[in-house]
Amino acid sequence: MSEPNSIACIKRDYLYRLAKEGKRPDGRKMNEYRPIEIEADFISMAEGSAKVRLGNTLVVAGVKIMEGEPYPDKPDAGAIVTMVELNPLASPVFEHGPPRERATELARVVDRGIRESNTIALEELCIESGEKAWIVFIDIDVLDYDGNLFDACSFAASVALQTAVIPKERYDRGENVPLPVDDPPVSCTWVKYNDAIVVDPSLDEDEVADARLTVAIDKNGDIRAMQKGLSGSFTADEVKKTIKETVSLAPELRKKLEESYGKKD
Amino acid sequence: MKVNKMELMKDGKRTDGRKRDELRPIKIEAGPLYRANGSCYLEWGGNKVMAAVYGPKEAIPRHIQDPRKAIIEAKYNMASFSVSDRKRPGPDRRSREISKITSEALENVVLVEMFPRASIEVEIEILDADAGTRCAGITAAAVAMADAGIPMRDIPVSCAAGKAGDTVVLDLVGTEDMKGQADVPIAIAPRTDDILLLQMDGHMTPEELDEALELAIHGCHQIAEMQKEALMTKYKTFEEE
Repeated sequence: MSEPNSIACIKRDYLYRLAKEGKRPDGRKMNEYRPIEIEADFISMAEGSAKVRLGNTLVVAGVKIMEGEPYPDKPDAGAIVTMVELNPLASPVFEHGPPRERATELARVVDRGIRESNTIALEELCIESGEKAWIVFIDIDVLDYDGNLFDACSFAASVALQTAVIPKERYDRGENVPLPVDDPPVSCTWVKYNDAIVVDPSLDEDEVADARLTVAIDKNGDIRAMQKGLSGSFTADEVKKTIKETVSLAPELRKKLEESYGKKD
Repeated sequence: MKVNKMELMKDGKRTDGRKRDELRPIKIEAGPLYRANGSCYLEWGGNKVMAAVYGPKEAIPRHIQDPRKAIIEAKYNMASFSVSDRKRPGPDRRSREISKITSEALENVVLVEMFPRASIEVEIEILDADAGTRCAGITAAAVAMADAGIPMRDIPVSCAAGKAGDTVVLDLVGTEDMKGQADVPIAIAPRTDDILLLQMDGHMTPEELDEALELAIHGCHQIAEMQKEALMTKYKTFEEE
């Protein structure tokens, strides 16, 4: 993440000491999430939306669906565009201006989880081959930053898509229909500091982290996307162990997401 | 929604069933954000707004510093998904203008002389828009500033009046804004009724404008009570804990 500030440096020693004893500053277990609150379909102007609170982190995702041109290499499919705004509301270190590296990585990792788990049936979004297709914009607005934006943004985007409709009426193309979606991926982000690996990092943990690993798991427990970040490293065994733990955490997280948009079995 | 001009006012009722001098439902929450020094979440009809305040802190870059007082840097921004057609991220001419007049309205009440060379950053994010977002933004920003402990002579409050269906009405809703005849957003300092912000577009007689101003000021006073209540609610809870 960003350059650790001086307070984070002082906290580093404290976090390191706790980590050695297998503890975290807020008393969580190494594989324990903070409370997750999700409100689906929260923005009336958006085609789909979700507000996610993960601990004190707050993000809102909104889906807009517009007519556009399909990509030349996929003339018979719609497209997804995912963007994350690190809003200056969310943190004293976030600034105005176009997305920089950090916001771009975040958006691309969220995008990859959704794309690779085939959450959206893009081939059903073709209107006219090579000419017109529905373009799905997923815009994620970070409003309060208290760690682990990767998962908060991914949860918000996933739920927002599940509530989305194609606004056919606005384009005089008949009645609005639900966006054709399948089960979303579940994203799990871990960080490593002082050889401890913890899930759902808080702000302090994010700031002292040496390495970060995000794993997106589909409904069958298979892996659909991964991203290792920051300048530290993981051993191959650590990666394997982290994936295993992610697979065992995923069903409960999936249930949380599904409850928020009222999935019917 | 297809409404012709004549239907904006029918049997003394507006398109959403309100009377001419009636506000849309408003909900204000003080301090919902963790990181910001002060914050406010506000729902006003179909509008949803989050405001956050950072500062006073050293103004950067240095050349924007004022050696005599703090500067207020309010930024009004619409989320991409807050409007019917997706808005491209980043400021446009409209949001720049609103940011400027919002900063100026807020600066009026802040004891800026107390913080030379400092800046007070006010971030206003429109999450969902249905006419009157600048008023909602200023009203939320004022609560966020009070929540941040910024010393102020008064808590600014904002509301619009306008003309729709040949009637002067309070607090225009989306259809009235688009098909109506005039829109007059104002912001006031409610203790003195000094006008801190005033814009107008459309077509009105001077008499109608007088009436609109009166109506808007009346609306502002009702909202001012809700602002105070939101702040009291937050700090009362602290006391009880």
